[in-house]
Amino acid sequence: MGYLIEHPDRVFELTKQHVELVAISVAFAMLIGIPVGVLITRLRWLEGPIIGTAGILYTVPSLALFAIMIPYTGLGRTTVVVALALYSLLAIVRNTVAGIDGVPPAALDAARGMGMTGRQRLFIIELPLALPVILAGVRIATVAAIGIATVAAVVGVGGLGRLIFDGMRTLNTDRILAGAIVSSLLALLADWGLAWLGGYLRRDIALARLER
Amino acid sequence: MITLEGVSKVFTSHGQQVCAVDDVSFDVAEGELVVLIGPSGSGKTTTMRMINRLETISSGRIMVNGRDLRSLDVVELRRGIGYVIQQGGLFPHFTVADNVSVVPRLLGWSGDRRRQRAHELLDLVGLPPDRFADRYPRQLSGGQQQRVGVARALAADPPIILMDEPFGAVDPITRKQLQRELRRIQAAVQKTIVFVTHDIGEAFLLGDRIVLMSDGRVVQDATPADLLRHPADPFVTAFIGEDRGVRSLQFTLLGEIAEPGPADTRANGVALPGSLTIIEAARELGKRGPGAGAGFWISDEEDQPTGYLSYQRFAAVLGDTIAGDHTAEHASEGTDGIPH
Repeated sequence: MGYLIEHPDRVFELTKQHVELVAISVAFAMLIGIPVGVLITRLRWLEGPIIGTAGILYTVPSLALFAIMIPYTGLGRTTVVVALALYSLLAIVRNTVAGIDGVPPAALDAARGMGMTGRQRLFIIELPLALPVILAGVRIATVAAIGIATVAAVVGVGGLGRLIFDGMRTLNTDRILAGAIVSSLLALLADWGLAWLGGYLRRDIALARLER
Repeated sequence: MITLEGVSKVFTSHGQQVCAVDDVSFDVAEGELVVLIGPSGSGKTTTMRMINRLETISSGRIMVNGRDLRSLDVVELRRGIGYVIQQGGLFPHFTVADNVSVVPRLLGWSGDRRRQRAHELLDLVGLPPDRFADRYPRQLSGGQQQRVGVARALAADPPIILMDEPFGAVDPITRKQLQRELRRIQAAVQKTIVFVTHDIGEAFLLGDRIVLMSDGRVVQDATPADLLRHPADPFVTAFIGEDRGVRSLQFTLLGEIAEPGPADTRANGVALPGSLTIIEAARELGKRGPGAGAGFWISDEEDQPTGYLSYQRFAAVLGDTIAGDHTAEHASEGTDGIPH
Protein backbone atom coordinates (compact mmCIF):
# COMPACT_ATOMS: atom_id res chain seq x y z
CA MET A 1 0.00 0.00 0.00
CA GLY A 2 2.99 2.24 0.43
CA TYR A 3 3.11 3.29 -3.19
CA LEU A 4 -0.54 4.29 -3.19
CA ILE A 5 -0.02 6.62 -0.25
CA GLU A 6 3.27 8.09 -1.45
CA HIS A 7 2.22 8.76 -5.05
CA PRO A 8 -1.50 9.44 -5.07
CA ASP A 9 -1.17 11.86 -7.99
CA ARG A 10 0.52 9.31 -10.20
CA VAL A 11 -1.99 6.57 -9.30
CA PHE A 12 -4.84 8.97 -9.94
CA GLU A 13 -3.43 9.94 -13.32
CA LEU A 14 -3.00 6.30 -14.38
CA THR A 15 -6.49 5.42 -13.08
CA LYS A 16 -7.93 8.20 -15.17
CA GLN A 17 -6.18 6.87 -18.27
CA HIS A 18 -7.41 3.38 -17.46
CA VAL A 19 -11.04 4.47 -17.06
CA GLU A 20 -10.82 6.44 -20.29
CA LEU A 21 -9.54 3.48 -22.27
CA VAL A 22 -12.22 1.18 -20.92
CA ALA A 23 -15.02 3.71 -21.29
CA ILE A 24 -14.19 4.51 -24.91
CA SER A 25 -13.81 0.83 -25.80
CA VAL A 26 -17.04 -0.28 -24.14
CA ALA A 27 -18.88 2.67 -25.65
CA PHE A 28 -17.74 1.60 -29.11
CA ALA A 29 -18.68 -1.99 -28.38
CA MET A 30 -22.18 -0.89 -27.30
CA LEU A 31 -22.57 1.34 -30.32
CA ILE A 32 -21.86 -1.63 -32.56
CA GLY A 33 -22.99 -4.54 -30.39
CA ILE A 34 -26.53 -3.44 -29.48
CA PRO A 35 -27.63 -2.70 -33.07
CA VAL A 36 -26.01 -5.94 -34.21
CA GLY A 37 -27.89 -7.80 -31.46
CA VAL A 38 -31.18 -6.20 -32.56
CA LEU A 39 -30.38 -7.11 -36.15
CA ILE A 40 -29.88 -10.74 -35.15
CA THR A 41 -33.35 -10.87 -33.58
CA ARG A 42 -34.76 -9.67 -36.92
CA LEU A 43 -32.57 -11.79 -39.22
CA ARG A 44 -32.12 -14.98 -37.27
CA TRP A 45 -29.73 -16.64 -39.70
CA LEU A 46 -27.09 -14.06 -38.73
CA GLU A 47 -26.91 -15.43 -35.19
CA GLY A 48 -24.58 -18.36 -35.90
CA PRO A 49 -21.97 -16.51 -37.96
CA ILE A 50 -21.88 -13.36 -35.79
CA ILE A 51 -21.90 -14.99 -32.35
CA GLY A 52 -19.42 -17.56 -33.67
CA THR A 53 -16.99 -14.92 -34.89
CA ALA A 54 -17.29 -12.88 -31.70
CA GLY A 55 -16.71 -16.07 -29.70
CA ILE A 56 -13.53 -16.90 -31.59
CA LEU A 57 -12.24 -13.33 -31.13
CA TYR A 58 -12.92 -13.65 -27.42
CA THR A 59 -10.65 -16.68 -27.13
CA VAL A 60 -7.59 -14.97 -28.66
CA PRO A 61 -5.19 -14.12 -25.78
CA SER A 62 -5.03 -10.37 -25.29
CA LEU A 63 -1.28 -10.13 -25.55
CA ALA A 64 -1.40 -12.00 -28.88
CA LEU A 65 -4.21 -9.78 -30.17
CA PHE A 66 -2.21 -6.62 -29.37
CA ALA A 67 0.80 -8.10 -31.15
CA ILE A 68 -1.23 -9.07 -34.19
CA MET A 69 -2.79 -5.62 -34.46
CA ILE A 70 0.26 -3.44 -33.96
CA PRO A 71 1.36 -3.65 -37.63
CA TYR A 72 -2.05 -2.33 -38.69
CA THR A 73 -3.09 0.09 -35.97
CA GLY A 74 0.30 1.07 -34.54
CA LEU A 75 1.65 1.38 -31.05
CA GLY A 76 -0.97 3.36 -29.28
CA ARG A 77 -4.51 3.98 -28.22
CA THR A 78 -6.21 2.80 -31.40
CA THR A 79 -4.83 -0.70 -30.95
CA VAL A 80 -6.02 -0.90 -27.37
CA VAL A 81 -9.44 0.54 -28.03
CA VAL A 82 -10.09 -1.73 -31.01
CA ALA A 83 -8.93 -4.80 -29.12
CA LEU A 84 -10.95 -4.04 -25.98
CA ALA A 85 -14.03 -3.27 -28.08
CA LEU A 86 -13.67 -6.59 -29.90
CA TYR A 87 -13.48 -8.45 -26.57
CA SER A 88 -16.56 -6.61 -25.30
CA LEU A 89 -18.66 -7.38 -28.36
CA LEU A 90 -19.46 -10.98 -27.49
CA ALA A 91 -21.11 -10.26 -24.14
CA ILE A 92 -23.00 -7.25 -25.44
CA VAL A 93 -24.31 -8.85 -28.64
CA ARG A 94 -25.24 -12.08 -26.90
CA ASN A 95 -27.05 -10.31 -24.06
CA THR A 96 -28.89 -7.99 -26.42
CA VAL A 97 -30.25 -11.01 -28.28
CA ALA A 98 -31.12 -12.83 -25.04
CA GLY A 99 -32.78 -9.74 -23.60
CA ILE A 100 -35.01 -9.16 -26.61
CA ASP A 101 -35.84 -12.86 -26.86
CA GLY A 102 -36.98 -12.69 -23.25
CA VAL A 103 -39.64 -10.04 -23.86
CA PRO A 104 -43.07 -11.60 -23.14
CA PRO A 105 -44.69 -12.45 -26.51
CA ALA A 106 -48.09 -11.34 -25.17
CA ALA A 107 -46.77 -7.83 -24.52
CA LEU A 108 -45.41 -7.65 -28.06
CA ASP A 109 -48.64 -8.96 -29.57
CA ALA A 110 -50.62 -6.41 -27.57
CA ALA A 111 -48.24 -3.66 -28.72
CA ARG A 112 -48.76 -4.61 -32.36
CA GLY A 113 -52.49 -4.92 -31.90
CA MET A 114 -52.68 -1.46 -30.36
CA GLY A 115 -51.00 0.07 -33.38
CA MET A 116 -47.38 0.55 -32.40
CA THR A 117 -45.01 0.74 -35.35
CA GLY A 118 -42.01 -1.58 -35.52
CA ARG A 119 -39.74 1.22 -34.33
CA GLN A 120 -42.05 2.04 -31.41
CA ARG A 121 -42.18 -1.60 -30.38
CA LEU A 122 -38.38 -1.71 -30.38
CA PHE A 123 -37.85 1.45 -28.36
CA ILE A 124 -40.89 1.32 -26.07
CA ILE A 125 -41.23 -2.39 -25.40
CA GLU A 126 -38.28 -4.49 -26.52
CA LEU A 127 -35.21 -2.44 -25.63
CA PRO A 128 -36.52 -1.15 -22.26
CA LEU A 129 -37.55 -4.66 -21.22
CA ALA A 130 -34.25 -6.07 -22.49
CA LEU A 131 -32.25 -3.29 -20.85
CA PRO A 132 -31.41 -5.11 -17.59
CA VAL A 133 -30.08 -8.07 -19.58
CA ILE A 134 -28.18 -5.81 -22.01
CA LEU A 135 -26.67 -3.90 -19.09
CA ALA A 136 -25.66 -7.20 -17.50
CA GLY A 137 -23.72 -7.84 -20.71
CA VAL A 138 -22.19 -4.38 -20.52
CA ARG A 139 -21.18 -5.10 -16.91
CA ILE A 140 -19.49 -8.36 -17.85
CA ALA A 141 -17.74 -6.63 -20.76
CA THR A 142 -16.66 -3.68 -18.61
CA VAL A 143 -15.31 -5.78 -15.77
CA ALA A 144 -13.37 -7.93 -18.25
CA ALA A 145 -12.11 -4.86 -20.13
CA ILE A 146 -10.82 -3.28 -16.90
CA GLY A 147 -8.71 -6.39 -16.36
CA ILE A 148 -7.54 -6.74 -19.94
CA ALA A 149 -6.68 -3.04 -20.15
CA THR A 150 -3.83 -3.59 -17.67
CA VAL A 151 -2.11 -5.61 -20.39
CA ALA A 152 -2.47 -2.60 -22.69
CA ALA A 153 0.48 -0.99 -20.96
CA VAL A 154 2.78 -3.07 -23.18
CA VAL A 155 1.58 -0.98 -26.11
CA GLY A 156 2.62 2.10 -24.21
CA VAL A 157 -0.72 3.75 -23.53
CA GLY A 158 -0.47 4.03 -19.77
CA GLY A 159 -3.26 2.95 -17.47
CA LEU A 160 -2.89 0.94 -14.30
CA GLY A 161 -0.96 -1.74 -16.18
CA ARG A 162 1.93 0.72 -16.18
CA LEU A 163 2.29 0.25 -12.40
CA ILE A 164 2.19 -3.52 -12.73
CA PHE A 165 4.74 -3.69 -15.54
CA ASP A 166 7.03 -1.16 -13.83
CA GLY A 167 6.71 -3.13 -10.61
CA MET A 168 7.63 -6.36 -12.39
CA ARG A 169 10.67 -4.78 -14.01
CA THR A 170 11.94 -3.21 -10.80
CA LEU A 171 10.78 -6.07 -8.56
CA ASN A 172 8.66 -3.60 -6.63
CA THR A 173 5.71 -5.55 -5.16
CA ASP A 174 4.21 -2.38 -3.81
CA ARG A 175 3.66 -1.00 -7.27
CA ILE A 176 2.22 -4.27 -8.57
CA LEU A 177 -0.18 -4.36 -5.64
CA ALA A 178 -1.20 -0.76 -6.12
CA GLY A 179 -2.04 -1.41 -9.79
CA ALA A 180 -3.89 -4.61 -9.04
CA ILE A 181 -5.89 -3.27 -6.10
CA VAL A 182 -7.01 -0.11 -7.85
CA SER A 183 -7.98 -2.00 -10.99
CA SER A 184 -10.00 -4.48 -8.92
CA LEU A 185 -11.73 -1.65 -7.10
CA LEU A 186 -12.56 -0.06 -10.44
CA ALA A 187 -14.10 -3.30 -11.64
CA LEU A 188 -16.25 -3.62 -8.52
CA LEU A 189 -17.36 -0.02 -8.77
CA ALA A 190 -18.33 -0.42 -12.43
CA ASP A 191 -20.23 -3.60 -11.65
CA TRP A 192 -22.21 -1.97 -8.87
CA GLY A 193 -22.85 1.29 -10.71
CA LEU A 194 -24.14 -0.36 -13.88
CA ALA A 195 -26.43 -2.64 -11.89
CA TRP A 196 -27.98 0.39 -10.21
CA LEU A 197 -28.39 2.20 -13.52
CA GLY A 198 -30.24 -0.71 -15.07
CA GLY A 199 -33.03 -0.70 -12.54
CA TYR A 200 -33.34 3.06 -12.64
CA LEU A 201 -33.63 3.71 -16.35
CA ARG A 202 -35.98 1.43 -18.15
CA ARG A 203 -39.44 2.80 -17.44
CA ASP A 204 -38.43 6.42 -17.94
CA ILE A 205 -36.84 5.72 -21.29
CA ALA A 206 -39.92 3.86 -22.49
CA LEU A 207 -42.38 6.52 -21.38
CA ALA A 208 -40.37 9.33 -22.92
CA ARG A 209 -40.36 7.45 -26.21
CA LEU A 210 -44.08 6.80 -26.17
CA GLU A 211 -44.94 10.46 -26.38
CA ARG A 212 -42.91 11.17 -29.45
CA MET B 1 -69.99 -2.27 -39.03
CA ILE B 2 -67.73 -5.22 -39.80
CA THR B 3 -68.33 -7.48 -42.78
CA LEU B 4 -66.31 -10.56 -43.68
CA GLU B 5 -66.82 -11.75 -47.25
CA GLY B 6 -65.42 -15.13 -48.21
CA VAL B 7 -62.34 -14.66 -46.07
CA SER B 8 -59.66 -17.35 -46.19
CA LYS B 9 -56.26 -17.69 -44.59
CA VAL B 10 -53.64 -20.06 -45.93
CA PHE B 11 -50.42 -20.65 -44.00
CA THR B 12 -47.36 -22.28 -45.42
CA SER B 13 -45.92 -24.59 -42.82
CA HIS B 14 -42.96 -26.86 -43.60
CA GLY B 15 -43.59 -26.37 -47.30
CA GLN B 16 -47.20 -27.47 -46.95
CA GLN B 17 -50.21 -25.27 -47.44
CA VAL B 18 -52.54 -25.28 -44.47
CA CYS B 19 -55.93 -23.63 -44.73
CA ALA B 20 -56.61 -22.15 -41.29
CA VAL B 21 -59.68 -20.16 -42.29
CA ASP B 22 -61.79 -21.29 -45.22
CA ASP B 23 -64.31 -19.01 -46.94
CA VAL B 24 -65.73 -17.38 -43.82
CA SER B 25 -68.47 -14.77 -44.10
CA PHE B 26 -70.42 -12.99 -41.40
CA ASP B 27 -71.47 -9.51 -40.31
CA VAL B 28 -71.14 -7.73 -37.02
CA ALA B 29 -73.66 -4.93 -36.58
CA GLU B 30 -72.88 -1.76 -34.66
CA GLY B 31 -73.16 -2.28 -30.90
CA GLU B 32 -73.39 -6.03 -31.31
CA LEU B 33 -71.28 -8.56 -29.40
CA VAL B 34 -70.50 -11.51 -31.66
CA VAL B 35 -68.82 -14.55 -30.15
CA LEU B 36 -66.51 -16.65 -32.32
CA ILE B 37 -66.40 -20.09 -30.80
CA GLY B 38 -65.01 -23.46 -31.75
CA PRO B 39 -62.53 -26.11 -30.69
CA SER B 40 -58.77 -25.49 -30.83
CA GLY B 41 -57.59 -25.11 -34.39
CA SER B 42 -61.00 -24.10 -35.69
CA GLY B 43 -59.64 -20.80 -37.00
CA LYS B 44 -61.57 -18.53 -34.66
CA THR B 45 -58.54 -16.62 -33.36
CA THR B 46 -57.02 -16.31 -36.85
CA THR B 47 -60.34 -14.96 -38.13
CA MET B 48 -60.39 -12.34 -35.38
CA ARG B 49 -56.75 -11.39 -35.95
CA MET B 50 -57.47 -10.66 -39.59
CA ILE B 51 -59.87 -7.90 -38.51
CA ASN B 52 -57.01 -5.78 -37.10
CA ARG B 53 -54.64 -7.18 -39.69
CA LEU B 54 -52.39 -9.00 -37.25
CA GLU B 55 -52.85 -11.73 -39.85
CA THR B 56 -52.95 -10.97 -43.55
CA ILE B 57 -55.98 -12.04 -45.54
CA SER B 58 -55.19 -14.68 -48.18
CA SER B 59 -58.42 -14.17 -50.11
CA GLY B 60 -61.80 -12.55 -49.67
CA ARG B 61 -62.18 -9.22 -47.97
CA ILE B 62 -63.10 -7.56 -44.72
CA MET B 63 -65.01 -4.29 -44.69
CA VAL B 64 -65.14 -1.92 -41.74
CA ASN B 65 -67.78 0.79 -42.08
CA GLY B 66 -67.99 0.01 -45.77
CA ARG B 67 -64.25 0.40 -46.39
CA ASP B 68 -61.95 -2.41 -47.37
CA LEU B 69 -59.43 -3.06 -44.59
CA ARG B 70 -56.59 -3.20 -47.06
CA SER B 71 -57.21 0.39 -48.14
CA LEU B 72 -56.67 1.63 -44.57
CA ASP B 73 -53.37 2.46 -42.90
CA VAL B 74 -52.60 -0.52 -40.70
CA VAL B 75 -51.26 1.47 -37.74
CA GLU B 76 -54.22 3.85 -37.71
CA LEU B 77 -56.64 0.96 -38.12
CA ARG B 78 -55.21 -0.77 -35.06
CA ARG B 79 -55.24 2.38 -32.94
CA GLY B 80 -58.94 2.61 -33.71
CA ILE B 81 -59.68 -0.96 -32.58
CA GLY B 82 -59.44 -2.04 -28.94
CA TYR B 83 -57.54 -5.28 -28.42
CA VAL B 84 -57.66 -7.58 -25.38
CA ILE B 85 -55.73 -10.85 -25.20
CA GLN B 86 -55.67 -13.86 -22.96
CA GLN B 87 -52.45 -13.37 -21.04
CA GLY B 88 -53.27 -9.71 -20.56
CA GLY B 89 -50.27 -8.55 -22.51
CA LEU B 90 -49.74 -5.69 -20.09
CA PHE B 91 -46.36 -3.97 -20.29
CA PRO B 92 -44.51 -5.07 -17.16
CA HIS B 93 -42.41 -1.90 -16.96
CA PHE B 94 -45.45 0.42 -17.02
CA THR B 95 -47.74 1.23 -14.11
CA VAL B 96 -51.43 0.39 -14.41
CA ALA B 97 -52.25 3.99 -15.37
CA ASP B 98 -49.46 4.09 -17.96
CA ASN B 99 -50.65 0.78 -19.41
CA VAL B 100 -54.19 2.12 -19.77
CA SER B 101 -52.85 5.29 -21.39
CA VAL B 102 -50.77 3.65 -24.12
CA VAL B 103 -53.05 4.38 -27.07
CA PRO B 104 -53.97 7.90 -25.83
CA ARG B 105 -50.22 8.60 -25.64
CA LEU B 106 -49.69 7.26 -29.13
CA LEU B 107 -52.50 9.54 -30.26
CA GLY B 108 -50.87 12.51 -28.57
CA TRP B 109 -53.42 13.29 -25.85
CA SER B 110 -52.38 15.78 -23.19
CA GLY B 111 -51.24 14.53 -19.78
CA ASP B 112 -54.31 15.81 -17.96
CA ARG B 113 -56.73 14.28 -20.38
CA ARG B 114 -54.88 10.94 -20.26
CA ARG B 115 -54.87 10.85 -16.49
CA GLN B 116 -58.54 11.71 -16.27
CA ARG B 117 -59.45 9.06 -18.84
CA ALA B 118 -57.34 6.40 -17.13
CA HIS B 119 -58.99 7.09 -13.78
CA GLU B 120 -62.45 7.05 -15.34
CA LEU B 121 -61.75 3.67 -16.95
CA LEU B 122 -60.20 2.12 -13.85
CA ASP B 123 -63.38 3.08 -12.03
CA LEU B 124 -65.44 1.52 -14.79
CA VAL B 125 -63.63 -1.82 -14.55
CA GLY B 126 -63.82 -1.85 -10.76
CA LEU B 127 -60.23 -0.96 -9.84
CA PRO B 128 -60.29 2.19 -7.64
CA PRO B 129 -57.65 4.44 -9.24
CA ASP B 130 -56.31 5.78 -5.95
CA ARG B 131 -55.30 2.23 -5.04
CA PHE B 132 -54.36 0.79 -8.43
CA ALA B 133 -53.17 3.54 -10.79
CA ASP B 134 -49.55 3.48 -9.62
CA ARG B 135 -49.14 -0.26 -9.21
CA TYR B 136 -47.20 -2.46 -11.59
CA PRO B 137 -48.85 -5.42 -13.36
CA ARG B 138 -46.87 -7.97 -11.34
CA GLN B 139 -48.53 -6.61 -8.20
CA LEU B 140 -51.99 -7.53 -9.53
CA SER B 141 -53.89 -10.82 -9.61
CA GLY B 142 -54.68 -12.41 -12.96
CA GLY B 143 -58.25 -11.16 -12.83
CA GLN B 144 -57.15 -7.62 -12.01
CA GLN B 145 -54.68 -7.71 -14.90
CA GLN B 146 -57.49 -8.67 -17.26
CA ARG B 147 -59.55 -5.74 -15.99
CA VAL B 148 -56.64 -3.44 -16.79
CA GLY B 149 -56.50 -5.08 -20.22
CA VAL B 150 -60.16 -4.25 -20.81
CA ALA B 151 -59.66 -0.67 -19.57
CA ARG B 152 -56.67 -0.30 -21.91
CA ALA B 153 -58.72 -1.45 -24.89
CA LEU B 154 -61.42 1.12 -24.09
CA ALA B 155 -58.96 3.98 -23.48
CA ALA B 156 -59.23 5.88 -26.75
CA ASP B 157 -62.94 5.03 -27.00
CA PRO B 158 -62.63 2.87 -30.14
CA PRO B 159 -65.93 1.82 -31.73
CA ILE B 160 -64.67 -1.75 -32.23
CA ILE B 161 -63.08 -4.09 -29.70
CA LEU B 162 -61.49 -7.47 -30.35
CA MET B 163 -61.20 -9.85 -27.42
CA ASP B 164 -59.16 -13.04 -27.73
CA GLU B 165 -60.15 -15.41 -24.91
CA PRO B 166 -59.80 -12.54 -22.47
CA PHE B 167 -60.95 -14.54 -19.46
CA GLY B 168 -59.45 -17.87 -20.47
CA ALA B 169 -56.56 -17.82 -18.03
CA VAL B 170 -58.35 -16.84 -14.82
CA ASP B 171 -60.01 -19.08 -12.23
CA PRO B 172 -63.70 -20.00 -12.73
CA ILE B 173 -65.05 -17.73 -9.99
CA THR B 174 -63.14 -14.69 -11.21
CA ARG B 175 -64.16 -15.56 -14.76
CA LYS B 176 -67.86 -15.51 -13.86
CA GLN B 177 -67.37 -12.15 -12.21
CA LEU B 178 -65.48 -10.71 -15.18
CA GLN B 179 -68.15 -11.97 -17.56
CA ARG B 180 -70.87 -10.24 -15.56
CA GLU B 181 -68.81 -7.07 -15.46
CA LEU B 182 -68.27 -7.16 -19.21
CA ARG B 183 -72.04 -7.37 -19.68
CA ARG B 184 -72.49 -4.37 -17.43
CA ILE B 185 -69.72 -2.44 -19.23
CA GLN B 186 -71.07 -3.38 -22.65
CA ALA B 187 -74.54 -2.20 -21.65
CA ALA B 188 -72.96 1.13 -20.73
CA VAL B 189 -70.58 1.63 -23.67
CA GLN B 190 -72.33 -0.30 -26.50
CA LYS B 191 -69.21 -1.23 -28.45
CA THR B 192 -69.05 -3.47 -31.48
CA ILE B 193 -67.25 -6.48 -30.05
CA VAL B 194 -65.80 -9.63 -31.59
CA PHE B 195 -65.15 -12.06 -28.75
CA VAL B 196 -63.22 -15.31 -29.20
CA THR B 197 -63.71 -18.13 -26.72
CA HIS B 198 -63.90 -21.92 -26.51
CA ASP B 199 -66.20 -21.77 -23.48
CA ILE B 200 -69.77 -22.36 -24.64
CA GLY B 201 -71.21 -21.05 -21.36
CA GLU B 202 -69.36 -17.79 -21.89
CA ALA B 203 -70.68 -17.62 -25.45
CA PHE B 204 -74.28 -17.98 -24.30
CA LEU B 205 -73.84 -15.52 -21.48
CA LEU B 206 -72.22 -12.76 -23.54
CA GLY B 207 -73.10 -13.21 -27.19
CA ASP B 208 -75.79 -11.33 -29.04
CA ARG B 209 -74.83 -13.76 -31.77
CA ILE B 210 -72.68 -16.85 -31.83
CA VAL B 211 -70.57 -17.91 -34.82
CA LEU B 212 -69.56 -21.52 -34.31
CA MET B 213 -66.48 -22.57 -36.27
CA SER B 214 -64.86 -25.90 -37.00
CA ASP B 215 -61.90 -26.67 -39.27
CA GLY B 216 -61.72 -23.10 -40.50
CA ARG B 217 -65.37 -22.95 -41.58
CA VAL B 218 -68.48 -21.41 -40.09
CA VAL B 219 -70.74 -24.24 -38.99
CA GLN B 220 -73.54 -22.06 -37.69
CA ASP B 221 -74.12 -18.34 -37.25
CA ALA B 222 -77.15 -17.72 -35.03
CA THR B 223 -78.50 -16.05 -31.93
CA PRO B 224 -77.99 -18.06 -28.74
CA ALA B 225 -81.68 -18.98 -28.69
CA ASP B 226 -81.65 -20.21 -32.28
CA LEU B 227 -78.44 -22.12 -31.75
CA LEU B 228 -80.12 -23.97 -28.89
CA ARG B 229 -83.39 -24.55 -30.64
CA HIS B 230 -82.19 -25.27 -34.13
CA PRO B 231 -78.65 -26.64 -34.05
CA ALA B 232 -77.52 -26.98 -37.66
CA ASP B 233 -75.96 -30.41 -37.35
CA PRO B 234 -74.76 -33.03 -34.87
CA PHE B 235 -71.46 -31.18 -34.43
CA VAL B 236 -73.31 -28.15 -33.09
CA THR B 237 -75.47 -30.31 -30.83
CA ALA B 238 -72.41 -32.06 -29.49
CA PHE B 239 -70.50 -28.82 -29.03
CA ILE B 240 -73.32 -27.21 -27.08
CA GLY B 241 -73.34 -30.29 -24.91
CA GLU B 242 -75.73 -31.82 -22.44
CA ASP B 243 -76.73 -28.55 -20.80
CA ARG B 244 -78.51 -27.49 -23.92
CA GLY B 245 -81.97 -27.94 -22.39
CA VAL B 246 -81.18 -26.11 -19.20
CA ARG B 247 -79.48 -23.30 -21.10
CA SER B 248 -82.45 -22.79 -23.39
CA LEU B 249 -84.59 -21.95 -20.34
CA GLN B 250 -82.72 -18.67 -20.34
CA PHE B 251 -83.52 -17.99 -23.97
CA THR B 252 -87.09 -19.26 -24.51
CA LEU B 253 -89.66 -16.53 -24.00
CA LEU B 254 -93.12 -16.99 -22.57
CA GLY B 255 -94.57 -15.35 -25.66
CA GLU B 256 -93.13 -18.15 -27.78
CA ILE B 257 -94.85 -20.97 -25.88
CA ALA B 258 -98.15 -19.21 -25.18
CA GLU B 259 -101.35 -20.90 -26.32
CA PRO B 260 -104.76 -19.46 -27.11
CA GLY B 261 -106.57 -18.80 -23.86
CA PRO B 262 -109.92 -20.19 -22.71
CA ALA B 263 -113.01 -18.29 -23.79
CA ASP B 264 -113.59 -16.42 -20.56
CA THR B 265 -111.80 -13.11 -19.95
CA ARG B 266 -108.64 -12.76 -17.89
CA ALA B 267 -111.04 -12.21 -14.97
CA ASN B 268 -108.98 -12.91 -11.92
CA GLY B 269 -105.97 -14.75 -13.29
CA VAL B 270 -102.30 -13.89 -12.90
CA ALA B 271 -100.77 -12.10 -15.93
CA LEU B 272 -97.07 -12.17 -16.90
CA PRO B 273 -95.33 -10.28 -19.73
CA GLY B 274 -94.49 -12.39 -22.77
CA SER B 275 -90.96 -11.00 -22.78
CA LEU B 276 -90.02 -13.02 -19.69
CA THR B 277 -87.89 -16.10 -20.25
CA ILE B 278 -89.22 -19.40 -18.94
CA ILE B 279 -86.82 -19.29 -16.04
CA GLU B 280 -87.80 -15.74 -15.13
CA ALA B 281 -91.46 -16.70 -15.31
CA ALA B 282 -90.93 -19.66 -13.00
CA ARG B 283 -89.13 -17.42 -10.52
CA GLU B 284 -91.92 -14.83 -10.75
CA LEU B 285 -94.65 -17.42 -10.20
CA GLY B 286 -92.80 -18.77 -7.20
CA LYS B 287 -92.63 -15.30 -5.72
CA ARG B 288 -96.33 -14.64 -6.20
CA GLY B 289 -97.55 -17.92 -4.80
CA PRO B 290 -100.50 -19.87 -6.18
CA GLY B 291 -103.01 -17.72 -8.07
CA ALA B 292 -106.63 -18.45 -8.60
CA GLY B 293 -107.40 -20.59 -11.61
CA ALA B 294 -105.56 -23.30 -13.47
CA GLY B 295 -103.12 -21.10 -15.36
CA PHE B 296 -101.92 -17.58 -16.11
CA TRP B 297 -102.25 -15.00 -18.84
CA ILE B 298 -99.48 -13.72 -21.00
CA SER B 299 -99.52 -10.07 -21.94
CA ASP B 300 -97.75 -7.85 -24.49
CA GLU B 301 -96.04 -4.52 -23.86
CA GLU B 302 -99.39 -2.71 -23.68
CA ASP B 303 -100.53 -5.12 -21.02
CA GLN B 304 -103.05 -6.71 -23.42
CA PRO B 305 -103.55 -10.47 -23.08
CA THR B 306 -101.99 -12.36 -25.99
CA GLY B 307 -102.12 -15.92 -24.77
CA TYR B 308 -102.54 -18.30 -21.91
CA LEU B 309 -100.65 -21.11 -20.24
CA SER B 310 -102.11 -23.62 -17.83
CA TYR B 311 -99.83 -24.49 -14.94
CA GLN B 312 -99.93 -28.04 -16.19
CA ARG B 313 -98.77 -27.01 -19.67
CA PHE B 314 -96.12 -24.69 -18.23
CA ALA B 315 -94.74 -27.48 -16.07
CA ALA B 316 -94.69 -29.80 -19.08
CA VAL B 317 -92.79 -27.29 -21.22
CA LEU B 318 -90.37 -26.71 -18.37
CA GLY B 319 -89.75 -30.43 -18.02
CA ASP B 320 -89.42 -31.01 -21.76
CA THR B 321 -87.05 -28.10 -22.17
CA ILE B 322 -84.74 -29.31 -19.43
CA ALA B 323 -84.81 -32.78 -20.94
CA GLY B 324 -83.91 -31.19 -24.27
CA ASP B 325 -87.02 -32.45 -26.11
CA HIS B 326 -88.53 -29.05 -26.65
CA THR B 327 -85.52 -27.86 -28.56
CA ALA B 328 -84.39 -31.09 -30.11
CA GLU B 329 -86.83 -31.42 -32.97
CA HIS B 330 -84.27 -30.32 -35.55
CA ALA B 331 -81.28 -32.16 -34.19
CA SER B 332 -80.41 -35.78 -34.44
CA GLU B 333 -78.69 -36.84 -31.28
CA GLY B 334 -75.56 -38.05 -33.04
CA THR B 335 -72.33 -38.07 -31.13
CA ASP B 336 -70.08 -37.74 -34.17
CA GLY B 337 -67.83 -34.76 -34.29
CA ILE B 338 -67.68 -34.16 -30.58
CA PRO B 339 -65.11 -31.42 -30.07
CA HIS B 340 -61.85 -32.12 -28.21
